[in-house]
Amino acid sequence: MYEIRIHGRGGQGAVLAGSILAAAMVNEGNYVVAVPSFGFERRGAPVASFLRMDTREIRQMTNIYRPDCVLCIDPTVGRAVNVFDGIKDGGTWLQTTAKPLSEFQVHEKVATVGLCDAVKIALEIFKRPITNTLMLGAFARTTGLVSLDALRAAVEESDFRDAGLKQNLLALERGYNETTVHRIEKREAA
Amino acid sequence: MSAVLKPKPKAIVCDGNEAAAWAVSLARVDMVAVYPITPQSSLVEYLAKFVADGKLNAEIVDVEGEHSVLSVLHGGALAGARTYTGTCGPGLAFMFEPYLRTPGLRMPMVMSIVTRDTLTPQSVWGGHQDAMSVREVGWIQLYCETVQEVLDTTIMAYKVTEHRDVMLPVNVCHDGNYLSYGAARVELPSQEEVDAFLPPPSVNWHAALDPSRPMAVDPLTGGSGGPGPAMFVRYRKGQCSGMQHALAAIEAAHEDWARIVGRRHAPLVESYRMDDAEVALVTLGSMTGAGKDAVDEARSRGVRVGLVKVKTYRPFPVQAIAKALSGVKAVGVVDRSVSFGWNSGPLYQDVIGALQIAARRPAAMSFIGGLAGADITTDHFGRVIERVQALTQDGQVGETVWLNERD
Amino acid sequence: MSTRQSYPMFDSSQVPGDLCPIATKLNPMLPGDWRSMKPVVDRAKCVKCAVCWLYCPVQCVVEKAAWFDINLATCKGCGICANECPQRAISMVGEGA
Repeated sequence: MYEIRIHGRGGQGAVLAGSILAAAMVNEGNYVVAVPSFGFERRGAPVASFLRMDTREIRQMTNIYRPDCVLCIDPTVGRAVNVFDGIKDGGTWLQTTAKPLSEFQVHEKVATVGLCDAVKIALEIFKRPITNTLMLGAFARTTGLVSLDALRAAVEESDFRDAGLKQNLLALERGYNETTVHRIEKREAA
Repeated sequence: MSAVLKPKPKAIVCDGNEAAAWAVSLARVDMVAVYPITPQSSLVEYLAKFVADGKLNAEIVDVEGEHSVLSVLHGGALAGARTYTGTCGPGLAFMFEPYLRTPGLRMPMVMSIVTRDTLTPQSVWGGHQDAMSVREVGWIQLYCETVQEVLDTTIMAYKVTEHRDVMLPVNVCHDGNYLSYGAARVELPSQEEVDAFLPPPSVNWHAALDPSRPMAVDPLTGGSGGPGPAMFVRYRKGQCSGMQHALAAIEAAHEDWARIVGRRHAPLVESYRMDDAEVALVTLGSMTGAGKDAVDEARSRGVRVGLVKVKTYRPFPVQAIAKALSGVKAVGVVDRSVSFGWNSGPLYQDVIGALQIAARRPAAMSFIGGLAGADITTDHFGRVIERVQALTQDGQVGETVWLNERD
Repeated sequence: MSTRQSYPMFDSSQVPGDLCPIATKLNPMLPGDWRSMKPVVDRAKCVKCAVCWLYCPVQCVVEKAAWFDINLATCKGCGICANECPQRAISMVGEGA
């Protein structure tokens, strides 16, 4: 079972990202359960979405306490919540950011990092900082756990239409292509 | 006999709120009245969207509050419409007056309760307190474990509610947040399958708003003066009789559904790994998934534990519960709500009541968890299993354990 | 100004912890935290017409002696002020993230 925790803020589509990713993974033959966690439905409040993927039926519908992968679709949400809480050894961290890796203090358990300046690209595509579909492309590129084609099919099956659909398909593409993936060498024990 | 190839079921990924909306469309509901309330809000949005898209051919009534939601549906039901709404928490509280009236008038209808912990303390998250608070009103209450079960049960509910021997409204309860916004793969039945399963609406053959045969619906009845106490008793007993017939109607509906779509859900209770179990957990709703995982984990270490999930909560399946639990030495009942009369969970109280008639009465303890959206994880269930095992040794039924007390 | 209190101050330490949910500490939420674009006012162009002040949905426009400025602690970067300013004195620039 692979566990992903998506962090964002209300109104950015973190929960929708979880649903699209779930649909794409199901299309590729996996079992998936995606559960969101949020409080009052208002823009700006930190939200998390929990996604479990497995080759067999998943029964538990609880939050994810020990994620394999942490996906942050907002550049500032790490200031409001501890996004790395419980991350497994050798976990993967995906972050929307304009900064390079050198400017971050990477959590000791993280072995793979995917960075994408999704806000900048989103402003180009949508004229608004909506990063969710961009970061799904980044996820596909960084982890290889879902294909870009499956994500495209999932976006096409969703409610996006016309210009919105084209923009989101472009966002998937650009998120996939414009993500830098870093593998961290195993740190020496102190 | 020609072999008819069954078309592959259409599968989508959706959350429980959307699944309920699909069920309402497929059941050919005539009228819905809506008002949003977290975590049901997207359910009414999907209904409005399905009506706009032509998927749901229903009259949709936007009202100013839940009291009017249910009052409008009363009018619709008395005019013969198949009706639906969904609510929870404060919304359920606001519609309490018509909620009381519905089962007394034997009005068939289906209402989803997207269970939410009732404020106060202020909470918008999942819990069962809202549905539990109204368990004595006389609505049938069914609890769902998975998103698929939400869809299937909402459709089956129409067969149960409109059954001639039942004629009682049904609450289909699905957990706020976990099932309302939790998404999973769901198989959509075809319209043909649902049409084969559900007869046309049969709602107001007994009481109608019909100018050509005028009648008073719910005139002053019983007590001292007027027709006398016997009449009131007759109607109340009639309600109880309807509730008891519901048990068989629910079983029959699940059987018919399984035959038509090939998906079987346990109608009253589900026994999981109970065959040689020494101890058992009793669960309700979506917590069951983590419970089953915890049972598997404990079994792999040699612990003889099983799980009984309650699907039909009202009417309470006394015989089925007693049968499911009579073979074990100790039971841990996990509630997602509180009964203040006795500082334990309401499901716990019903279970030990039912165990009075069991062949063997196991020791039982109450566990309360998952209030206000707290998780009941496999770790929590692990602790419940340990505590219940200790119960088999010393037989000392301890005080209610509050699972998230130190979380 | 009188320093006498005319009513007793509420002492929350006297209330048992399991009695009733109340909150007595004010914790201001600063929506400026999640901004991705911020408004910058060109002082030379600002004529103090107060249109930005009128339109701002969170009332974060601050009146200075010769111009209007933005309180960045609460500004969410919605861009309405830049859109409405008749003098085109406000522009939205990217927030370093």
